[in-house]
Amino acid sequence: MSDLRDLYQEVILDHTKHPRNFGPLGSATHRATGRNPLCGDQLVLMLDVHHDRVRDARFAGKGCAISTASASLLTEAVKGKTTAEVHSLFERFHDVVTAPADAKPDLEGLGKLAALAGVREFPMRVKCASLAWHTLEAALAGASEPVSTE
Amino acid sequence: MTFDPEKIAHEFPILARKVHGKPLVYLDSAASSQKPEAVIDAVSTYYRTIHANVHRGVHTLSEEATAAYEAARESVRGFLHAASPREVVFVRGTTEAINLVAQAWARPRLQPGDEVMISELEHHSNLVPWQMVCGQTGAKLVVAPIDARGEVIVEEYARRLGPRTRVVALAHVSNALGTVLPVAELVALAKRHGAVAVVDGAQAVPHMAVDVRALGCDFYAFSGHKMYGPTGIGALWGKLELLEAMEPWQGGGSMIHDVTFEKTEYARPPERFEAGTPDISGAVGLHAAIEWLSALDLDAVQRHESDLVAYASARLAEIPEVRLIGTARERAGLVSFVVGDVHAHDVGTILDGEGVAVRAGHHCAQPVMDHFDVPATARASFAVHNTRADVDSLVAGVRRVLEIFA
Repeated sequence: MSDLRDLYQEVILDHTKHPRNFGPLGSATHRATGRNPLCGDQLVLMLDVHHDRVRDARFAGKGCAISTASASLLTEAVKGKTTAEVHSLFERFHDVVTAPADAKPDLEGLGKLAALAGVREFPMRVKCASLAWHTLEAALAGASEPVSTE
Repeated sequence: MTFDPEKIAHEFPILARKVHGKPLVYLDSAASSQKPEAVIDAVSTYYRTIHANVHRGVHTLSEEATAAYEAARESVRGFLHAASPREVVFVRGTTEAINLVAQAWARPRLQPGDEVMISELEHHSNLVPWQMVCGQTGAKLVVAPIDARGEVIVEEYARRLGPRTRVVALAHVSNALGTVLPVAELVALAKRHGAVAVVDGAQAVPHMAVDVRALGCDFYAFSGHKMYGPTGIGALWGKLELLEAMEPWQGGGSMIHDVTFEKTEYARPPERFEAGTPDISGAVGLHAAIEWLSALDLDAVQRHESDLVAYASARLAEIPEVRLIGTARERAGLVSFVVGDVHAHDVGTILDGEGVAVRAGHHCAQPVMDHFDVPATARASFAVHNTRADVDSLVAGVRRVLEIFA
């Protein structure tokens, strides 16, 4: 394992201690619940989507540093994007966090989400980073069942 | 004989390895213990020299394998101070043992309105099988609450017993909190109402001598892999008259007396509950583990591990951000804790970076986590090979967590 600071970068610690866009979203048009039964993490993702564009995104719930920071960063990243752009960002993000630990990830265009790239060196923690994103996909798909990482 | 954990540690080959460049400090024996050479060698020797199927052939190897398998059964009998090896059923582990009792004893006997009592601190394996059988029969699951220390409140338990209580299923030692339950007392109370008492001994047998007849219970279940034996083997002890009255729960080879297309006469216990080829090498490994652990003197083991629990509790309590979860007056084998508002998984990852292996999560006991209003805890659990120096490594790791999350 490389240095733990690769996992717990300043950006991640900052977003864990001070999650952005945290709390209810009155104007939500889409919402979904995500659970990671192994850790007991649970989060609710709420989106305000208008004309296929995410106007606002917020989340609630509790989880580990990685899942909380990932959800917080996600809400910042998707605001203003079209749903197609969000899907594409999810795929890029997913490729990065699931890449082999020794591969050099392509971080271009990921912005602050790149801080989560260190997760790929901790296979047990990839689910923590992905939970918010799977929940986002479920919200956009209008799923009524909670998403589970298992 | 003096008890020397450092010398004992040398008997565990895996403890020589490093993790992330640091010496491994293994504090997750409550999830699964490591294996001493004696157990690894016994399994290997069995396969190298005597393996064949049991209770079948007339050839030499089959006779030797059968003798080894039955000798393992006798060793479990002695380990639990049971009356007869016929009362010992080999199973995959505690989970399978409890499911066996739930399906083969309880399911045909429970009526709508009957009650099954468990405690609030049960592992999911002593909760879900009962929930399932209640769903199948219309019986009701009743839960005896725990207090703020994580002890079962005996008066509340007693108050919930009644004429409809048919089964009481309790942990001997809580896997999430380490609480030692007053099993003999709780069983005696259940017996006043004629209930059958099932004890989940998974977390007890590695840490203390167990005498099922002194406990007064009807069934006692444990796993080999948490007490230095192999995975995939465990045992259910049951009173012979109860086992004799039970129908089999799986059909197949070995569990029969006579088979025609019209009718099958079942074998007597324990074979009745051991359909198919059993885990013979697992039983041999379990036998070796029982002999190895018994040779250490279980009273000395208990004293050593109690010292580690007390030392770890005191050292962790020196850190203001640490909250111990579960402070029962009698605890065995582990400490459960949270570090400030840092999630247990982050604690686990950072400790792993220091070579310290702990369990982080809900420990398959979500109702216990709900009781203490935490999503998860970090749990350091102890074995015979652990030392106060291992606890010091844990404490240093916890301080590192606080540095990173400062």
